[in-house]
Amino acid sequence: MSSTTTSAAPETAGPLLSLRGLEKRFSLSGDFLEQLKFKGGKLVREQQYVHAINGVDLDIQRGEALCVVGESGCGKSTVARTVMGLITPSGGEIHYDGERIDDRTTKALMPYRRRMQMIFQNPYASLNPRMTIQQTLEEPIRLHHPEWSPQRVKDQVAEVMASVGIAPDWGARYGHEFSGGQRQRIAIARALAVDPEFIVADEPISALDVSIQAQVLNLLMEAQRERHLTYLFITHDLAVVEHFGTRVAVMYLGRVCEVAPTATLFATPRHPYTQALMSAIPRLEDERPQHLRLAGEVPTPVDLPSGCVFHGRCPHADARCRSEVPALIATDEGGRVACHGVEEGRIG
Amino acid sequence: MTIPTSPLERSPTTSRRERLRDSYLLYSFLRDPIAQLSLLVFIVLVAAAVLAPWLAPMNPYDLAQIDILASELPPLWIDGSDPAYLMGTDAQGRDLLSTILYGARVSLIIGFGAVAMQAALGVCFGLLAGYLGGRVDAFLMRLADIQLSFSTLMVAIVVGALFKAIFGGATYSAYAVPLLVLIIGLAEWPQYARTVRASVLAEKGKEYVDAARVMGLSSRRIMFRHILPNTLSPIFVISTVQVANAIISEAALSFLGLGMPETQPSLGSLIKSGFDYIQSGSWWITLIPGLVLVVLVLVINLLGDWLRDVLNPRLYKG
Repeated sequence: MSSTTTSAAPETAGPLLSLRGLEKRFSLSGDFLEQLKFKGGKLVREQQYVHAINGVDLDIQRGEALCVVGESGCGKSTVARTVMGLITPSGGEIHYDGERIDDRTTKALMPYRRRMQMIFQNPYASLNPRMTIQQTLEEPIRLHHPEWSPQRVKDQVAEVMASVGIAPDWGARYGHEFSGGQRQRIAIARALAVDPEFIVADEPISALDVSIQAQVLNLLMEAQRERHLTYLFITHDLAVVEHFGTRVAVMYLGRVCEVAPTATLFATPRHPYTQALMSAIPRLEDERPQHLRLAGEVPTPVDLPSGCVFHGRCPHADARCRSEVPALIATDEGGRVACHGVEEGRIG
Repeated sequence: MTIPTSPLERSPTTSRRERLRDSYLLYSFLRDPIAQLSLLVFIVLVAAAVLAPWLAPMNPYDLAQIDILASELPPLWIDGSDPAYLMGTDAQGRDLLSTILYGARVSLIIGFGAVAMQAALGVCFGLLAGYLGGRVDAFLMRLADIQLSFSTLMVAIVVGALFKAIFGGATYSAYAVPLLVLIIGLAEWPQYARTVRASVLAEKGKEYVDAARVMGLSSRRIMFRHILPNTLSPIFVISTVQVANAIISEAALSFLGLGMPETQPSLGSLIKSGFDYIQSGSWWITLIPGLVLVVLVLVINLLGDWLRDVLNPRLYKG
């Protein structure tokens, strides 16, 4: 593995983060004894899995905000947590700045911990209730810069607090004394405290009041401008995507079905699922909304459908869709889409 | 960007003392006369035990002060008593008040020592089992199950008897206190381990633990600095109950003759030594230390009860 592609030449290097065939399945079957079953007079070992993500390919370029959208259970949060190393992938590779990071030990990951940080969904649970804000913010700095003097740590905390709009005298208080929006600011400050270059935000505004959502979103965009951050932004709110994202990846049942620049995706969605998703956005001028209604429900991720995961609900599905898994192919508009129909020109 | 004004009325620089003053703990304490009385009695008993060398009229460990001719004297309010002995004397002529004070000291040392030992073991094992999960969890919890399937008294009797048989009575007397702390501590750690594990499992799923992992903190630091402080409430509650239990265990062992030797009386061994004379009318040698033991255990349990009510997150969330 060459070290020339690391931070030495960040502008010219490839994608900051790339996921290759990432897979994660969670066992449903419990421990060994619970897996043993009697079937037809024979003792067999049976294991069932939830296939949370199966074969995700994504590239995140420097400086962009890649939004991942999809409905509940499509695996978007699992992607975020796998990228951060909170979950070990069952298959596939994660490359950060050209270096493979998914097979590293905790110790070998340490240099990357400073460069990538995470913001969580629930600001009521993401702050330790027994630590003051000052302690919460100092901890990552002390960990990653043990050589810094106490004064320098304090200065860094003050700087990062100011940048997210936290008054300096909040430091002596505990997390429960703040509102949701204030806590999320503190959580953002914690992520920014070690000057990361890449931030994974797992639905950071979905637990907040609508009035606060815009504030926090603007704060994140401001931080991106000032600190040249790259985001992997998980959300299910398409309005946020339109406002925030440089590019959008649409996920369905643990697979990416379409990746495209935000404007392109909203103007000309190609994948049938994306088209249905886009038609569901309520618009002011809609008098007689023409939602594309999908038949049926999302299949269970325990027994994945063969072929394209979407074929059971797709109005354009044919025999090939039922048997062959579509790969992501480039489209004329600069996006990539995983659909046999688009590839064959059946779907406009 | 404008800084939103805080809606909080409390000044940001509240000290620990001010926090205590505002806390629900103190609020509930000031409105619970049983808790206040229990704490008062407990403090008086502990203070008397700790200050025994200064408070007690004589030193029951000092053979020169013991007058065998003054044995089995009744307490002051009964005919035939000696005003020098407020609560009478035991069969060896030791002043009962002094012996109870010294005995309560031994009982409390063993009670708190054993609980400290249980807590240290139980908290570590519980944290490891809960946080690491998997095989470590299965192994430690089966170990706890095995430990719980032996009763404390049975373990103590076997270990105590073996120790006595191997090293002899004199060595046993010299190491009786640490030995009892060890036995009672080892026998009861699963109580802590199970409770701590359950709390850790609940805390582990919260996002602040994920945030700490994303930061790159070591498992040890996450366990002790992040998770442990959030599991303290149940630990406090068990500790009070366990102190009472440990004191009772020690008393029971001493009563069976496997606890403290008679030369270093604990409350339990005092009760036992008096038990032989109860038929001959010297009831005070057993009854008075017995009452002290009951009161001591009762107030600890009442305090534990109150603490459990206060710290119960279903009744009060803080």
